[in-house]
Amino acid sequence: MQRPFALSLKLYVQLPILFSVLGVLYTGNDDFQAPNQYLAISDTTQHPASFGFGRPATKAEIDRLDIDIRPDGKGLPAGSGLATKGKIIFDSKCVACHGAGGIGGPNGSLVTTTAAGDKEKRAEKTIGNYWPYATTVFDYIRRAMPFNQPGSLTNEEVYHLTAYLLSANKLIDEKTVIDAKSLPKVIMPAQKLFVPDDRKGGPEVK
Amino acid sequence: MKNTLIQLSQFTEKLSRRKLLGGAATVAVALVQNAHGHTLQKGIPQSALDDDPTKVPGVPPGELGTRSPFEKLLKDPSATSSRSPLQDIYGMITPSDLHFERNHGGVPAIDPAKHELLIHGLVEKPLIFKVADLKRFPSVSRIAFLECSGNFRSGKETLRPQDVCGLTSQSEWTGVKLSTIFREAGIKPNATWFLAEGGDAAVMTRSIPVKKGWDDAILAYAQNGEALRPEQGYPLRLFLPGWEGNTSVKWLRRLELSDQPFMTREETSKYTESVNGRVRQFSFDMDARSIITFPSYPQSVEKGWIEIRGIAWSGRGKVVRVEVSTDAGKSWHLAALQDPILDKAHTAFRYLWQWKGDETEIMSRVTDETGYTQPTLKQLVEARGESGGYHFNPITAWQIKRDGAVLFKPEK
Ligand code: HEC
Repeated sequence: MQRPFALSLKLYVQLPILFSVLGVLYTGNDDFQAPNQYLAISDTTQHPASFGFGRPATKAEIDRLDIDIRPDGKGLPAGSGLATKGKIIFDSKCVACHGAGGIGGPNGSLVTTTAAGDKEKRAEKTIGNYWPYATTVFDYIRRAMPFNQPGSLTNEEVYHLTAYLLSANKLIDEKTVIDAKSLPKVIMPAQKLFVPDDRKGGPEVK
Repeated sequence: MKNTLIQLSQFTEKLSRRKLLGGAATVAVALVQNAHGHTLQKGIPQSALDDDPTKVPGVPPGELGTRSPFEKLLKDPSATSSRSPLQDIYGMITPSDLHFERNHGGVPAIDPAKHELLIHGLVEKPLIFKVADLKRFPSVSRIAFLECSGNFRSGKETLRPQDVCGLTSQSEWTGVKLSTIFREAGIKPNATWFLAEGGDAAVMTRSIPVKKGWDDAILAYAQNGEALRPEQGYPLRLFLPGWEGNTSVKWLRRLELSDQPFMTREETSKYTESVNGRVRQFSFDMDARSIITFPSYPQSVEKGWIEIRGIAWSGRGKVVRVEVSTDAGKSWHLAALQDPILDKAHTAFRYLWQWKGDETEIMSRVTDETGYTQPTLKQLVEARGESGGYHFNPITAWQIKRDGAVLFKPEK
């Protein structure tokens, strides 16, 4: 393993120099087939199967960092939340930036209102009318809020806040218990509006 | 000679701080070497300035270069971003300290010796790399632009290129190709997406198709010949050439391979755009765009020959053509493109024009190698049924007034 690596490193270091001399910036797709004879050499042919750098990650190391929640609920922790309890937390930890009842506030509304002509920056796009997945509410609050004390909430608090915001947006009723099972099942009205990007370059303006 | 220098230095040493900060006597700034050999900028009175620099010994070599105090290059910060002064930049590289900034939780202070990258999920071998480990892998360098997809402003005439679209910058990025790390960890065949997560206060996350990882993604640890700047993700960031800036996750700490996207807040609530009653999602590629940076607001012009200058770029490949109009879009002329014309990179353009003093409008439009031509705002609004949002790349016009004043033209 030592020998091939030494060779490949040498080749690798030289390639960019060579190509910049030719005036071609080498970006190297794996399946890149260029007419230029120099570029025809795949940049990975000399790579060993493994360089052996870094170290294996243990399960404990992965669990400590693996905090994301997928739309199917994968990643949701144990625990549960209720809107009534969430409102109490919201009124002490969130209201200053997001307004009473999650409406208005210097850092944007979180709750959908029907008030017309509201020119507030985020007034139209909120959890209730724009967010496609309820799981994102839990994921985002846990990782980033409150903005001035990120990462300070317990899982239980995040469940309560999630229940509160979903209920305030009229997506669930006040009594619904939010947990790993129920959260992914909450129907988000905006989800059906989401479509993948269909721009492809070319003459059409999209 | 040495004596003169010391005298000058002692003289400026005696000036009080109040005088240095704008006392009437302080009319200029000079560089002086202090007792420890550090070069400092000091205010000095006009009387101490020799009009002829050949009659005063200059400053000896120092540890760090300086920017001339006559050059006022500044980014323009808001609470969440800071814009590059496009109108003051020459050539194709953005000086690193003028690279635009956008973050969702401030710039974190990270010790590179402690920072680690975890790759896990649908991989054969979950691995953890220190930054030093990543630097041992075969490296790659590439000059490419980075642009925020929310890079459009309009609404008043007194906007500079910096204000209109200063959320784009260009650097030479150096790092290890993500494909190299994919091979090292062994990506399982059913892995189609990966999550990229930052180690900032927002612990910002985006889902990226695995294909981009194999194509041209870089785990970058250096920018323009030195380690990344903290504002650019020190000590490690993802760099996805041609894609909306938010996907090039900074302060990168984790990659998780998956068979579906994670639907994070930054790819649902944000960085999605309303298009004809639908919401367009995962709109990664930055469409082609150009802007004239000279002449532009707040500059002014004189009658006679003017070299119109600007930059053009496309997230889908190379710039093949830039056209300039000096009659408000009635006729278009080919601009000269400055070599090198690189893939997914800002490309400088120039067009020589003789201004006779009449009021007019000047503008540029780019065509990329896919055949896409930069649209007008009207075309964009017609195509999308929306007058704002992400991925707005309209043709930008500058009004030339009879007195030579140049103003932005806000379109309706
Ligand atoms: C100090 C002000 C502050 C506090 C306190 C705060 N937030 Fe926020 N919040 C923000 C800011 C700023 C953003 C936007 C961040 C960004 O765009 O990167 C935000 C964004 C959000 C969003 C996403 C909104 C959207 O439409 O994308 C949610 C949800 C949220 N906050 C929930 C909460 C909750 C729940 C709490 C209380 C635990 C809270 N916030 C406390 C400032 C605050």
